[in-house]
Amino acid sequence: MYVYDRHDQTLIEERVAQFRDQTRRFLAGELSEEEFRPLRLMNGLYIQRHAPMLRIAIPYGLLSAQQLRKLAAIARRYDKGYGHFTTRQNLQLNWPRLEDVPEILAELASVQMHAIQTSGNCIRNITSDHLAGIAADEVADPRPFCELIRQWATLHPEFSYLPRKFKIAVSGAAHDRAAIKVHDIGLLLRKDADGALGFAVYVGGGLGRTPMIGELIRPFLHRRELLPYLEAILRVYNLQGRRDNIHRARIKILVKALGPAEFARQVEAEFERTRQNPDLLLDDDAIAAMQRFFAPPPYDPTAAEERDHLHWLQQDAAFARWYARNTVPHKQPGYRGVFVALKGFGRAPGDMSSEQMEAVADLAERYNFGEIRVTHTQNLLLAHVRERDTHAVWQELNRHQLAAPVIGTLSDMIACPGLDFCALANAGSIDVAEQIRQRFEDLDYLYDLGDLRLNISGCMNACGHHHLGHIGILGVDKRGEEYYQLTLGGRGGLDAALGERLGPAVPKHEVAETVARILETYVALRQPGESFLDTVQRVGIAPFKASVYAEPVSEERAHA
Amino acid sequence: MRKIIRDGAIVVDDWLDLDATAPIPPQGKIIVPLARWLEEKPALLARVPRGVGVRLGPDHDPFALASDLPALALIAVEFPVFRDGRGYSIARILRQHLGFRGELRAVGDVLRDQVFYLRRVGFNAFAPRPGLDPEQVLAGLNDFSDAYQPAADDIVPIWRRRQPAPVA
Repeated sequence: MYVYDRHDQTLIEERVAQFRDQTRRFLAGELSEEEFRPLRLMNGLYIQRHAPMLRIAIPYGLLSAQQLRKLAAIARRYDKGYGHFTTRQNLQLNWPRLEDVPEILAELASVQMHAIQTSGNCIRNITSDHLAGIAADEVADPRPFCELIRQWATLHPEFSYLPRKFKIAVSGAAHDRAAIKVHDIGLLLRKDADGALGFAVYVGGGLGRTPMIGELIRPFLHRRELLPYLEAILRVYNLQGRRDNIHRARIKILVKALGPAEFARQVEAEFERTRQNPDLLLDDDAIAAMQRFFAPPPYDPTAAEERDHLHWLQQDAAFARWYARNTVPHKQPGYRGVFVALKGFGRAPGDMSSEQMEAVADLAERYNFGEIRVTHTQNLLLAHVRERDTHAVWQELNRHQLAAPVIGTLSDMIACPGLDFCALANAGSIDVAEQIRQRFEDLDYLYDLGDLRLNISGCMNACGHHHLGHIGILGVDKRGEEYYQLTLGGRGGLDAALGERLGPAVPKHEVAETVARILETYVALRQPGESFLDTVQRVGIAPFKASVYAEPVSEERAHA
Repeated sequence: MRKIIRDGAIVVDDWLDLDATAPIPPQGKIIVPLARWLEEKPALLARVPRGVGVRLGPDHDPFALASDLPALALIAVEFPVFRDGRGYSIARILRQHLGFRGELRAVGDVLRDQVFYLRRVGFNAFAPRPGLDPEQVLAGLNDFSDAYQPAADDIVPIWRRRQPAPVA
C-alpha cells in the first residue's frame, strides 16, 4: 500500500496544526459558527443528534494492521469503543468531543491517516473496488490511479469551495464493484484498440433526492491525461454549478441542464488548455513508481499444493457454509479473499468494536500480509489468505462474531446510521435492518433466496444507497410517524438502474412482513436458477405490488 | 486608507474602487467594474498609464478580458461570500490560460482561512473583509509549507518529487 514520505507527513501534520488553531479560534469566539462550519466539515466533523460525528478517511478502503489498531485505540479512548464503516469505505466515530478532535487527528497522523475532505463541498475520499489486485476480471489495478487522484485532490486550492460535495470512484474490472455510475465522476479502466491503458469517464451520477445514473462523456481517456481531464471537469463544474439551491448544486444537475453532449463539449474545450500543463501529465515513470506501492505481496508459489482446507470443508458443515458464502476466488492459486462480516449478531451494519478491530488486525498480520480492506457493502476483506489458513481464520472470526455466513445474502444489508445518530434522518435504519435480519434468520431460506442486495436509507439523502438495492427501503416521515417506502429492481454495476417504487409507504412494524411477501412472490414466480433481480426484471413489479398490498398487514393500514 | 496584503506584506491600498457611475478622477489608480470597462473602454484606455484595474464578479467570464490584459495593471475578483469558490477558478484561468501578470486581488469576504488557497490559485493581493486584522489574515498564508498538486504557483507535484517507492 502507499507509504508516506516526509512530504505527505509534513502536510498532514500542518493540517492538524491548522485545524487545532481553527478549533481554538472557534471555541474562543473568534470564528463564527458560519465560518467554522465549512472548515470543520472539510475535516470530517459534523454536529450530530447526540454529539459530533467524525468521519475518518480510508483512501480507497485500504488499511494496514497498524492503522486498524490505531482506529481501535481511538474508538476506545475518545468514543464508546466502536466505529461504523460506511459505503464510501470510511470510518465514522459517533461520540467524540469537539475539544478532542485535534488530538484524534494528531493520533491519526502518527499512522499516516487523517480526516481530510471526508465531508464538505470538496473532493471526497476516492473509492474503489475491494477486489482490486486480486480479481480475475481486472484490466488493471485501479489503486495506483486512486492514490494519484487522492494526491491531486488533497487540499486542492481551487476545488475546496465547490457548489457541493464531489465523489470520485475508480474501477478496473469487468464487473463494477465500486458503483462508479452513481458517482460525480466514475472512472473505468480500459484499453483502447491499440492496447493503451486509459479510462472511460462517466459524469453526473449520484443518489440523494434526485438520483441519476452517470453519463459516459468520454469513451477513452489516455492515462497520461487523467489529471488534466479531471481538472477540466471540476473547473467547468466549479464555475457553472448552481450555488443558489443546495438541492440543485451537484454536478448531475448541471450535466442534466446542459445535456451530456454540451457538458462534454465544454469539458473538452477546457481540457485543450489544461493538457498543456506538463506538471499535470502522468508520465509512465510516475505511474510505475506508484504501481510499485501496490505490487502483489510475496505469495508462496507452492500455496496451491496445500489442500488442508479440503479436509475441513468435508468435515465441518458450518465452515463449509461460511467458505462458500464469505470467501471469494483469488487470481493467485492457493489464495482466497476472506470477508470479515460486519453484519448479524444484532449489530448495526458496518459497526465494529475496538476488540474486533484488534482481532482482525492480528489476523491480518498473521495470515494476510498485514493488510485490511473496507468494502462498499460495509464489511472488511482480508484479500490474500492462504486456502490452507481459511479454517483457522474462520475459527478466529467466529470467536469474535465476525463470521456470520451471510455475505451477498439478504442479511448482508447496507444501512445508514439513521435516526439513531444522524441529524438529517427522518426514520430509523438500524432497527429496521435488525427487524429484517431477525425475521430471516433461517440460513437455508437465506441461501435459497440467493444473491440479494437490500439497502436501507433513513432519509432521501440516500446514504444507505436504497435506490441501488434489489430491494430498497427508504425511511420517510408521515405525520410524525416513521414510514418506509420500498423500491424493487435497483442495482449498481455497469448496468446500474434505480429501483422502481412499489407503492405506498408502510409503517415501521410492517417492514419485515412486507419484505417477506415480496420474497414469497419471488419464490413462487422464479424460474429454475433465476435470481431475485432477474425475476423482477422479467415479470415487472406488478405481481409484487399485488401481493404486498392485496391484504392489509395490520389494522392500522386498513384504515390508513 | 485601508490596508491590504500584497506580495506577503501589509500595505496601504493605493487603488480607488469605483462603482458603475462614480466620476472617474483624472489622477490615481482606479478599479472599475467589468461592465464599465467594456462600455467606456476608449476613455479608460487613455488613462491606462495612470493605472486602470477591472473588478470581476464571480459570474463573469475572465475570457472577456483576454485581449485587454496588457492594458490592465490589476484585476480584482469578488468573493460575495467566502464559500463561493468560483473566484478560485477565475484566478487560475487568468494566470495560467491567459497569462495575466499584473496584480490579482481577492476582494469581498476574504478571510484568514482561505488566503493560503487563494494565493496558490494566483492571487498575490488580498483585501480582507472590513473589520478583520490584516496581521491575522497574513498569518494564514503560512498554514502550509508544501502542497501535493500543481496550481498557479511553482509547486512541483509530490508524486513527481518523492523518492522512488520501495520495491515490494
